[in-house]
Amino acid sequence: MNTLIAITGLGIFCLLFEILNLRKAIVPITILGLLGVLALNYCEFGAEQSYYNNMIAVSKFSTAFSSLFIVLTIFLVALSHNFYQNHPSKISDYVAIKVFLLAGAVAMVSFGNLAMFFLGIEILSIALYVLAASDRLNIKSNEAGMKYFLMGSFASGIILFGICLIYGAMGSFDISEIHESALSAELPIWFPIGLILMIIGMLFKVAAVPFHFWAPDVYEGSPALTTALMSTLAKVVAIATLFKLIAGMNVISSLENQDLLHTFQVIVVIISIASMSVGNIMALRQVNVKRMLAFSGISHAGFMLMTLLTVSASAGVLLYYTAAYALAGIAAFSVILYVCRDQDNEDITNFHGLGKTNPLLAAVLTASLLSMAGIPIFSGFFAKLFLFNQTIQAGYIGLVIVAVINSIISVGYYFKLIIAMYSKEANQERTGRPFLIYATAVVSIVLNIALGLFPSLVLDLLK
Amino acid sequence: MNVSTILIILLIGAFATYFSGDKLASKVALLFSLAALGCSIVLLNNYNAGENISVINSWITQPKISFALNADGLGLAMVLLTAALTPIIIFSSFGNDYKNAKAFYGLILFMAFAMTGTFLAADGLLYYIFWELALIPIYFIALIWGNGDAEERRKAVVKFFIYTLAGSLFMLTAFIYLYQKAGSFLIEDLYKVNLSACEQFWIFLAFFLAYAIKIPIIPFHTWQANVYQKAPTVGTMLLSGIMLKMGLYSVLRWQLPLAPIAAKEYIYIFIALGIAGVIYGSIVALRQKDLKKLLAYSSLAHVGLIAAGSYTLTLDGLRGAVMQMIAHGFVVVGLFFAAEVIFRRYETREIEEMGGIRTQSPKFTSMFLILVLASVALPSTFNFVGEFTVLYSLSQINIWFAILGGTTIILGAYYMLRMFQHVMLGETNSKTFADVTLNEGISFVVIIAVLLFFGFYPKPITDLITPSLENILQVINKN
Repeated sequence: MNTLIAITGLGIFCLLFEILNLRKAIVPITILGLLGVLALNYCEFGAEQSYYNNMIAVSKFSTAFSSLFIVLTIFLVALSHNFYQNHPSKISDYVAIKVFLLAGAVAMVSFGNLAMFFLGIEILSIALYVLAASDRLNIKSNEAGMKYFLMGSFASGIILFGICLIYGAMGSFDISEIHESALSAELPIWFPIGLILMIIGMLFKVAAVPFHFWAPDVYEGSPALTTALMSTLAKVVAIATLFKLIAGMNVISSLENQDLLHTFQVIVVIISIASMSVGNIMALRQVNVKRMLAFSGISHAGFMLMTLLTVSASAGVLLYYTAAYALAGIAAFSVILYVCRDQDNEDITNFHGLGKTNPLLAAVLTASLLSMAGIPIFSGFFAKLFLFNQTIQAGYIGLVIVAVINSIISVGYYFKLIIAMYSKEANQERTGRPFLIYATAVVSIVLNIALGLFPSLVLDLLK
Repeated sequence: MNVSTILIILLIGAFATYFSGDKLASKVALLFSLAALGCSIVLLNNYNAGENISVINSWITQPKISFALNADGLGLAMVLLTAALTPIIIFSSFGNDYKNAKAFYGLILFMAFAMTGTFLAADGLLYYIFWELALIPIYFIALIWGNGDAEERRKAVVKFFIYTLAGSLFMLTAFIYLYQKAGSFLIEDLYKVNLSACEQFWIFLAFFLAYAIKIPIIPFHTWQANVYQKAPTVGTMLLSGIMLKMGLYSVLRWQLPLAPIAAKEYIYIFIALGIAGVIYGSIVALRQKDLKKLLAYSSLAHVGLIAAGSYTLTLDGLRGAVMQMIAHGFVVVGLFFAAEVIFRRYETREIEEMGGIRTQSPKFTSMFLILVLASVALPSTFNFVGEFTVLYSLSQINIWFAILGGTTIILGAYYMLRMFQHVMLGETNSKTFADVTLNEGISFVVIIAVLLFFGFYPKPITDLITPSLENILQVINKN
């Protein structure tokens, strides 16, 4: 709770800086503030408490994921400094929006009430719509913002409808009350229907197949930093929230009572396989790196959805997977931001010869792509290992084999980029060594490798 | 001192090489690889004295994964092979200039680190990690420092990478499945698991995919010749000298003991695949015009025979296979180095453009001849000991296997000597051929000395490997 209040306060401060004419200091101060929030959040870890009639329920799950979101936001704010250099008058707005977005994200994993959940998702989404369209004079960015807004508000509507139906069935918005009454033998059919609508809405936010059509266009059109935010923070938030919804409302036992569990599992398996396969196969033929990472994100969503099959045991695995994926994503995007700073597109040709002109950033991008492809010793490998282990334990060996085949396919497009960096000749001069981009890239990849060397640190948090 | 010391030396060496700058890199790399060789010899002494040089530490609690390195005779023999070949390979490259040498030599040491780890790991997952790690450096070595057209090279290298990764991911699935049964990734726990014949079949198949691609066994060999040709010679030496031994070693260490019923059931099929590789490799080698490609196909024939020997599941077969692995490692490095020596002077790999080297360079000719003869397993060379033992064990299974496998010697003698004739003999070439330099000579002499010494006196190696091979056979035959 303190975390949420502190984040909101920090957001308001960011807006005040504009008035106080402290624009130059805004990025360092916000980073320091977020580090303070991180420390505050760390202090809350382990304490199970609820606030305001159980509107906010702080648990290990919520604090652990909040920490991940805060770390990601720190990286994203650090990258803002260079990205918005040409719009000095707007930087405080952009940073403030990111901080408010973080507030929405934290609310989404610490809700104790479906109303709070919806509030969180709206705070997050509206911030994202604004950021997607934030490059006002660029028609592509406008298109992305519009598309995302239309599709996103539609999804929000579906979620809201689902919440209403669940309220109709349960007579309460409160998660703990729903948790108890979900076990009663006679449940109206509205409960599973509402559940389906909510899951559909969340799958839309996660960008899982078949609700993924917005993702590539929006990713490509948005400013690169917003794409970074969407593909790391927003995706991780959405999947964590979906997981919390399913675990919190006791969906698995409830469906088991009504003989619907098998259907639920089949649907999850199908969506997971479809997301992995469609994402990977479509990614193979992309020339725009942002689009490619959008499709790669869709396939990773498929992997993460596998945790929904073993909800009771896999919170730690999900935390590990999301951390590994998001850290690799941040590292990759900081290199993309550097390379495509003065370009009007993000095609692979821009990366030609990066291995010669800038070996450090090329190595960082290589490492992050290897992590996403699941090569040891990077944490992406362990994430996949733990996930597969968990899933085989639950008896889904077929699903794991499909996932393995998909991992092989994914190597194809990740290596396309690596090859472009190392075996093609450079076609442009790259000057300048922006400190914050370098620092973000190196720190996030070091964190990624550290997670790979000591996986127990994160994996055992949610025991 | 325990076996992790070698790994630490090589890892530190890799980073030290990278940070020592382009000029010093090759020397620093040589120094660290020699240190690793010295360390492994000391460890061998300690092991023979009965000291415990294994390591076991818990690493990840859930799922239970340990940092376990176990050195038995077999593992140590392979570590010694790696440790001995790495300095030779690094030293052999001293005549070449590489762009960005610090990264190049750093990657070589890193690869040696990963391969040594593969030979030592006693935990399934740790083994898998080392196995995959070895792939990354060779990928970059072949991609960045390779020769020939960039576009073709890119295709060959990517194919190689995706092939090998695909195989190993199925192995990973098999390991995870085994973990569900055993509750631990430790090799001795995995050995104890009781699996039904059907489960064993699938496990065996998953492992087979990984190893058949790495070794390579027919029909998974299509990546090999192109990559050998396109990679820089150092990369080819690492691939053929050490890396493919990883696959053969893993057959003995992991595949056979983990799925013994399946191994016994399908023994004929897998021996036949190995033998098919022998015949196919030899026949294709006959028609090669490119020297490196010819050596690549001859290598395919030889490893086919080694694989067939491993699948016989007899002590002789396994022993012959391990000895032939070591012998082949040395001889193939020597042969590829000879090809590199010719390339340095003639700038070509086409056999037709060579010839008449003998009159200009008698020293090189005699050394090359010894290597060629060793490669066709002439008695008194180490290869003879290995290949003969394998053929003997094959004859115990079925005399036809031995006869067909024996074609490796007959056909091998034919294409190798024909190659020798075209390359070294004939009329004097108009291009001058300077005789071998001191550096080149040292590499050749070391390799030849090893081959001849163990050819006359293989006992140290048989003594070293036999107890651990007997242990493996015991596990295979327990049920």
